[in-house]
Amino acid sequence: MCRIGAIKSKNYIQPKTALQLMRSQQKGHDNSGFAMVMQDLGGVFEKYKGLPILSMACTDDGIKIAEDILHKEGFARVFQWAPQVFPREGLKIEPMPNYVFQVYQLPKLYKYAPESEKEELLVEMRLKIRKALDELDEGFIYSFWPDVVTLKEIGDPSDIGEYFDLWSENKDFSAKIISAQCRQNTNYDIVRYAAHPFFLQGYTAMANGENTFYEKNKNFQKNLYKGYLGFESDSQCFLYTLHYVHKVLNWPLIYYKHTITPLSFDEIDKREDNAVLSKIRSSLANLEINGPNTIIGVLPDGSVFNCCDSKKLRPVVVGKNKDTVIITSEVSGLNDVMPERNWEDDIYTHEREMIYVNNDLEVQRWHQ
Amino acid sequence: MASVKVNDLAKDDLSWRIDYDSSRCTMCGSCVSSCPFGAIHSKVEKRRKVVSEDITPNPKIIFQTVPVISQTIDEYMFCRGCGVCERVCPNEAIRPVRNSDARFGMRYRGALADPFKRGGRSNLETDGRTLDKIKVGRISQMTDPSLDAQRHTFDILSPFGRTLPAGEIPFSISEDGKLKFSGDAPPVNWIYPIIIGDMSIGALSWRVWEAIAIATAYLNEECSIPIRMCSGEGGVPQRLLKSRFLKYTILQIASGHFGWNRIINAMPEMVEDPAGVLIKIGQGAKPGDGGLLQAKKVARHIQEIRGVPKADLLSPPNHQGLYSIEESVQKMFLSLNSAFKFNVPVAIKVAASSTSVSVYNNLLRDPYNIVGGFFLDGIDGGTAAAHEISLDHTGHPAISKLRDCYHAAVHQGKQNQIPLWAAGGLGKTGNLASDAFKMICLGANGVFSGKLIIQLAGCLGNDQGKCNACNTGLCPVGICTQNPLLVKRLDVDKVAENIVNYFLSVDQEMKKLLAPIGNSTLPVGRSDALISTDKNVADRLNIQYAC
Ligand code: SF4
Ligand code: SF4
Repeated sequence: MCRIGAIKSKNYIQPKTALQLMRSQQKGHDNSGFAMVMQDLGGVFEKYKGLPILSMACTDDGIKIAEDILHKEGFARVFQWAPQVFPREGLKIEPMPNYVFQVYQLPKLYKYAPESEKEELLVEMRLKIRKALDELDEGFIYSFWPDVVTLKEIGDPSDIGEYFDLWSENKDFSAKIISAQCRQNTNYDIVRYAAHPFFLQGYTAMANGENTFYEKNKNFQKNLYKGYLGFESDSQCFLYTLHYVHKVLNWPLIYYKHTITPLSFDEIDKREDNAVLSKIRSSLANLEINGPNTIIGVLPDGSVFNCCDSKKLRPVVVGKNKDTVIITSEVSGLNDVMPERNWEDDIYTHEREMIYVNNDLEVQRWHQ
Repeated sequence: MASVKVNDLAKDDLSWRIDYDSSRCTMCGSCVSSCPFGAIHSKVEKRRKVVSEDITPNPKIIFQTVPVISQTIDEYMFCRGCGVCERVCPNEAIRPVRNSDARFGMRYRGALADPFKRGGRSNLETDGRTLDKIKVGRISQMTDPSLDAQRHTFDILSPFGRTLPAGEIPFSISEDGKLKFSGDAPPVNWIYPIIIGDMSIGALSWRVWEAIAIATAYLNEECSIPIRMCSGEGGVPQRLLKSRFLKYTILQIASGHFGWNRIINAMPEMVEDPAGVLIKIGQGAKPGDGGLLQAKKVARHIQEIRGVPKADLLSPPNHQGLYSIEESVQKMFLSLNSAFKFNVPVAIKVAASSTSVSVYNNLLRDPYNIVGGFFLDGIDGGTAAAHEISLDHTGHPAISKLRDCYHAAVHQGKQNQIPLWAAGGLGKTGNLASDAFKMICLGANGVFSGKLIIQLAGCLGNDQGKCNACNTGLCPVGICTQNPLLVKRLDVDKVAENIVNYFLSVDQEMKKLLAPIGNSTLPVGRSDALISTDKNVADRLNIQYAC
């Protein structure tokens, strides 16, 4: 079982907090990886807020492949940063030669293009680079989006922290939202792409559990949008459904829950909005999930949410203090990272609710 | 020397021989009077006996005339092996025995220059069923806990009706940030994933029909299992049309349009909409053939319901005036949908064939969003009457075509938009739940089954040539007949009870299959839950091979 967690804070926080959150929940699993998405960046990236950042792990040739593709399209690199690495004998980690975080200027042609066109371009670029890297086996691209960096690594989370010097208070590398997971996927061979969190067009999602409707979800999603691909992990489906419902269909967030875990027909019948709910249930039957899952997501505007499968078969807890909210798999993580909080205010999301954290760190409980 | 009549029909040619023990027979006559086919009769036989009346042997020959039961040897009145005589005999004096050397079909054709017709069962089992080579192989344990079938609540329903893609549903966002449904969308009824298949009231006796209707109503109203029955071609009793139970009935219109004028005339008096309309293009038991109701079964009430005289009622093999898929869509749109004011889903049923996928592909592109379901009927389906040659030698198993159709929908990204329902021998081995479950995992939204229902009503036939006399109007248990004496043999309440009980078990069994795979809703298209122990089946259906 994966351990996942999202930290949303008013202040910039370092990956250290995420590592600590994960390590305290580490008991009983295989320490096979650590991955995180950082959003609303501080440190060296703070002044590039509107510009897309390329996050890759690749070979030397991999860098060249990506840069060539972007240059050809008219992107201009304005900044790059790479974490300093500290290799040492005995670290349980399988690093790639390069970890690339590059900030780009959009092609001039797009200066006056509508936002949606720019967003599509960024997805297209990422897919193109991904395809090229895959063909030659030269690396992995995780995200290409403003104000977002992604790091995924195979190995022991503590050692990964040491290797990248993430345990230090490095103010260069910080963010107000960090979503993290420890442990690699179990369903298949270890594949870097399969590590949560997953990212697409400003949406981040990760899940703890197993998607028993994976095949059904995947078969349907494949045809919905060009960015729905990969499917290295059954949990990617949760991200794609989130993106589809919220971004493509432009439905309010609560309908994400109604889509993945629809109310039973009996309950729908009793509701005033039964016309809406039954239509959703009919049309998006293939996006339903049947658990066991808990899903944590981050929306493009920086709000964070959590919901579970309809049987609540996976644990999750939400804790907060005055300037930080954490949603994570197990309370031990919260106790470690946020010992001073009032634990009586902790929320254990139930099967029919959604926890929504807005940008004022207000925690809302929405009943489905 | 008397000539040897080798070309005459002989007992040895028949499929069944009567095994009769005169020493046990009390000559009560029950067997003869209960055999509707006249396949046995009483007669007298002359017996020669050597007896001795003295203490020392003093042989004396006496001749006696004894009454016996004898088998009729005749092209029409031959024994069907139904076993009714055996059931009624108080002394176990008589029973039919299968004759493995039979060649009756050949003799019949040779004598009568007429294709052999019989009840709707394939009697040419060349291989085991594909469904039986598939198992539910994914058992949830540690990663995705299994459920408790006894305590968990399950949501076992399937759509009947056209589903719009999410982006096309007329939703707007209201001030309170909620979605609002404003506009029209095709009707979708959520029903139990097993429909009682379309068996017409001409083919079945009114008593079975009534029993099925009672069972359906009971299952809906007392057991909360929203099962639907389909009427089959041939009209519906006015009483049902005007009753509130019509909402559980799917009305069928087939190529003969029998009874449709009666249905249309009853519309102003209908208090409920029917559960749906099913346009039958073809059926699995006799692909390429139309319905076949012989005059002997067209009793007075059938004439009344169908609005026809007493004559052979042969539905044409195609819908006259319907020559393309596009046209079928238009007709559905123009006629039946508008007739019921677009409140009732209209689906079509075709026989599974090599062209099923093209039809389904085309329907998926239907511009009016009007096709409410695609019913695929494979071989092994069918009741009533058909030509033997159709039963044994035409058609396609539904299972691989269902899979192909599902894949075609997936390919177009339109799965679930036109619900897929499939049938053809489902429940044939007695377990409908497992068959249905496997079909659903392969992509069906639901299944329909007919023959199993008449088995529950007491049908004695099987796929090894037992009985199958449904075409004769002489069904020995009162199912496929309109003969008042035979119909009386059927106990309506008992049949309804059997059907209800069977579905209650099926519902339990569905849960017993859902629980281990960790699903509380139907696993449509979840073929990862299945394995096959046959490599060819696994490859063909794209499921995991296990050995
Ligand atoms: S088995 Fe059936 S058909 Fe044959 S003699 Fe007995 S009752 Fe008649
Ligand atoms: S018992 Fe009746 S329904 Fe069954 S096979 Fe015989 S004739 Fe047909």
